[in-house]
Amino acid sequence: MSSKSLKYLTGPLSGNNPVIVQILGICSALAVTVQLKPAIVMGLSVMAVTAFSNLVMSLLRNGVPARIRIIVQLVVIAALVILVDQVLKAFVYDVSKQLSVYVGLIITNCIVMGRVEAFALGNKPWASFLDGIGNGLGYALILVIIAFFRELLGSGCLLGFRLIPESWYINEGGFYSNCGIMLFPPMALILVGCIIWAHRSFNKDLQEK
Amino acid sequence: METLNLFISSIFIDNMVFAFFFGMCSYIAVSKSVKTALGLGLAVTFVQTMTVPLNYLLNKYVLAPGALVEGVDLSFLSFIVFIAVIAAFVQLVEMVVEKFSPTLYSQLGIFLPLIAVNCAIMGGSLFMQQMVGAGEINNFGQSVVYGLGSGIGWWLAIVMMAAIRERITYSHIPAALKGPGIAFIITGLMGIAFMIFSGIQL
Repeated sequence: MSSKSLKYLTGPLSGNNPVIVQILGICSALAVTVQLKPAIVMGLSVMAVTAFSNLVMSLLRNGVPARIRIIVQLVVIAALVILVDQVLKAFVYDVSKQLSVYVGLIITNCIVMGRVEAFALGNKPWASFLDGIGNGLGYALILVIIAFFRELLGSGCLLGFRLIPESWYINEGGFYSNCGIMLFPPMALILVGCIIWAHRSFNKDLQEK
Repeated sequence: METLNLFISSIFIDNMVFAFFFGMCSYIAVSKSVKTALGLGLAVTFVQTMTVPLNYLLNKYVLAPGALVEGVDLSFLSFIVFIAVIAAFVQLVEMVVEKFSPTLYSQLGIFLPLIAVNCAIMGGSLFMQQMVGAGEINNFGQSVVYGLGSGIGWWLAIVMMAAIRERITYSHIPAALKGPGIAFIITGLMGIAFMIFSGIQL
């Protein structure tokens, strides 16, 4: 793999991250992060949709008139999301129930539309496909970080496995209790704020004046 | 009474922004001044009040199991139908407003295309579908009320946010936290404040 294609994959992981730098696709990023498992599934779904919508739109880019491109993009993306939704319902039904409307909201996820507009319409299919994978990975990375903290601090588990022993809890005679507020929506927002804070402290060129 | 309850809960308890994170992208990007926030909020509320009932009718007479043809379940098509309705409606509104009220068009113009991909609109329709399934929305009137209520909830959130961001322009915020970072943390704190509404039942 050439260094250029590698850059498409790794760029969106940190310096050009879709969630914390471009501030795209926040809606679904926060709602599905109460536990790690739905977050991983959601990350993979978005990655698949971004990669394939980039690929399809890149293949079609010379045949679609600019005036109707938005509606064509929406149709392509919606069709891909329906496929993802049906696959999730078939193979991981419980997670699909947990994700509820947020699978449908991948259609209006700005990352998907944004990458198609900004990248796929002006680049070759293979490069667009890699760019889609990279941005999907960048999105999944943030989701996993948030979900890691929320599940660990909020319920003492990771991926459903108990990490904090039962005997530590106060009602079992111990000293520990879960940080219940981690399970509520506002904490996801505050965690993203903290991740942005930490990230920009290391990447000073991203700071706003 | 049930309808009033739905209205209040869709504004305060199930607030689009604080409870479900819908429409966060434009919420963070456009909340820098109160004036533009008011404009976008108005446009979102209007589109929401129109598209939720439209999608309710489509859901009831076309998509629901056995609605169109006996024994055929078309609900897997709902994503594509809903987004098509929203995109077409936004396009239509844009053309109508441009023709009949150029002043409003120049105020709303840039926001209208943004709304087609605002998760709050799509999310409103998808939630409406879920609530129909759960028996919380039972008739056309209630779907109008839900659309209006959730739109107003979003409007309220973005205007409050814009007002706070205008106030903190000259505050000493750590350099790395300026811009989106502090916006997220403020939204989180506002969300905690909105949690006090969660017990209200009329």
